[in-house]
Amino acid sequence: MSQTLLEVKGVSKAFGGVVANHDISLKVPAGSITGLIGPNGSGKTTLFNSIVGYHPIDTGNIEFEGREISHMRVTEIARTGMLRTFQQTRIYKKMTCVQNMLISRPTRDEGMWSLFSAFRREDTERAEDLLEFVGLFSKRHLMAGDLSFGQQKLLEFAMALMNGPKLLLLDEPTAGINPTLINGLIDRLKRANADLGITLFVIEHNMRVIMNLAQHIYCLAHGELLAEGSPDQVQNDQRVIDAYLGAH
Amino acid sequence: MNWTQQKTPVYLAILVVSVVAPFLLPNYQNQLAMLWVMVIIAMSWDVIGGQMGYNSFGNVVFFGVGMYVTAVTQRDMFFDIATYTEKAGGSESLLSSFDFVMGFGVGAALGAVAAVILAAVLGSAILGMRGHYFGICTLGLGLAAGEIANGIDYIGAGSGLVTPIFPDSLGSRGAFFYFYFFGVAVAAFFVLRWLYSNRFGLAINAIRDDEDKAEAMGIRTTRYKTMAWCVSGFFTALAGAGVGNLIGFIDPIDVAFAGPTFGVWMVLMAILGGKGTLWGPVIGAVIFHIMQEVFWTYLLGWQRVALGALIVVIVVFFPQGIMGWIKAKWPERFGHKVEDAPAEAKEAAR
Repeated sequence: MSQTLLEVKGVSKAFGGVVANHDISLKVPAGSITGLIGPNGSGKTTLFNSIVGYHPIDTGNIEFEGREISHMRVTEIARTGMLRTFQQTRIYKKMTCVQNMLISRPTRDEGMWSLFSAFRREDTERAEDLLEFVGLFSKRHLMAGDLSFGQQKLLEFAMALMNGPKLLLLDEPTAGINPTLINGLIDRLKRANADLGITLFVIEHNMRVIMNLAQHIYCLAHGELLAEGSPDQVQNDQRVIDAYLGAH
Repeated sequence: MNWTQQKTPVYLAILVVSVVAPFLLPNYQNQLAMLWVMVIIAMSWDVIGGQMGYNSFGNVVFFGVGMYVTAVTQRDMFFDIATYTEKAGGSESLLSSFDFVMGFGVGAALGAVAAVILAAVLGSAILGMRGHYFGICTLGLGLAAGEIANGIDYIGAGSGLVTPIFPDSLGSRGAFFYFYFFGVAVAAFFVLRWLYSNRFGLAINAIRDDEDKAEAMGIRTTRYKTMAWCVSGFFTALAGAGVGNLIGFIDPIDVAFAGPTFGVWMVLMAILGGKGTLWGPVIGAVIFHIMQEVFWTYLLGWQRVALGALIVVIVVFFPQGIMGWIKAKWPERFGHKVEDAPAEAKEAAR
């Protein structure tokens, strides 16, 4: 078993009377692709938001590289090397693709005066290489807001890679993408994991995608951890099937 | 053809016209000087209001602070207050040209520094607010600043402050301040052009487009926002420094913290020309200033109504502004086009 990169220990989060997450514990090993599934409203995105510091958690701990992060703010957590993408794709619409990429460069090394520093040649080259990687090279000077939804998703993914994270949390990377493009996206996610060494933690509704992608899957239902295991185990787990078909 | 590659002749033409204009039109020197003031305050406002998308209605605070700090420095460097009050009404020059230039230079520099410090302090307090809340808060700042200045005896309170009389030996006052404002405007233009092309510019654009995303990407948003307001305040204060001296009298509410005039105009000029573009505020300021003077000359009595109508037309029909409209119409002229570079060309470009 490889080293644990992200560890969630007994995290609970309630919004008023609604318990979105109850006592959830899970581990994301370094270098892995870990999946998170569950029916709509089961608390997957809430868990992501808790991990990246979007809102304070009620109980529990979240550790990234063995360091407690549950009390850090969003930008600080992002600079530790853990990034998330959004379910409703978020890019900078009135900037060109290249500009979107450039401003996503790593921010860990920024001092006070680097606020005013120019972009280096390596930044531009890396931006263009990554745009080529996701197949947007020819559109690099277009306004990001003019791209199709699927292309915006690819751009958001490239922006995340540009930042050079250790762990990338992807919230439904294939939602809204043309089925024929999904295979290409799965391939790119796998390559980002294998070639760039980025650990992935993926929320996904598309069972074919997640079974293909992840080595280990956690399943949430009603805010609680229902099952975990390899794709085969989870797929054949009666509780998971019931949760999805509404037998609960 | 790409417009961004043909700028040098444009810059040269503007330079020549700008240098010659005050001598060709000596009766219009003050008007031409005010034209550059408009350009400066519109460009400065656009840093925060356009490029960063934070609609500030309180930037006039920096204008007034620059004005007051300059005037007070000019006064206190060479006089004690009693002598000054006694003599300022006289028509004779009290300062040698060297002393005047020194006093004004030191004053303008201190005024700009004061504005930057104020922007940093206010910014860390209120830049956490977003959208309308920030706008309303800055509106309050502008109003409060005028009232506060109105109550401070040291700076003349409600009866205002007379700036030192311009020494005859320096030649025409209009020309002197014309070139001061021209210099500040050119400096502001190139400093902003440099800033917009580097990390600062893209970061504040990112904040404009999606601040939550920028935070999620680890961008130090608070730091960038505060710095943007400081840059904006710096140039606005330099404009204010000269305006006090050009007018010769500083009234706290009608000249220094003039929300309904300069405070609103800086916003409108930027919107008219195109928010969030480098040239937009410049073009907007020129057009707006000319229109304003035309209304004043030909529609006397109705000039405010005409200006109000112009404002409505701008907001309703030109929400993107002139440059925004041009960019939307011909995006390829700005390099926003599909460009499939052949592999070898791409290699060569590296």
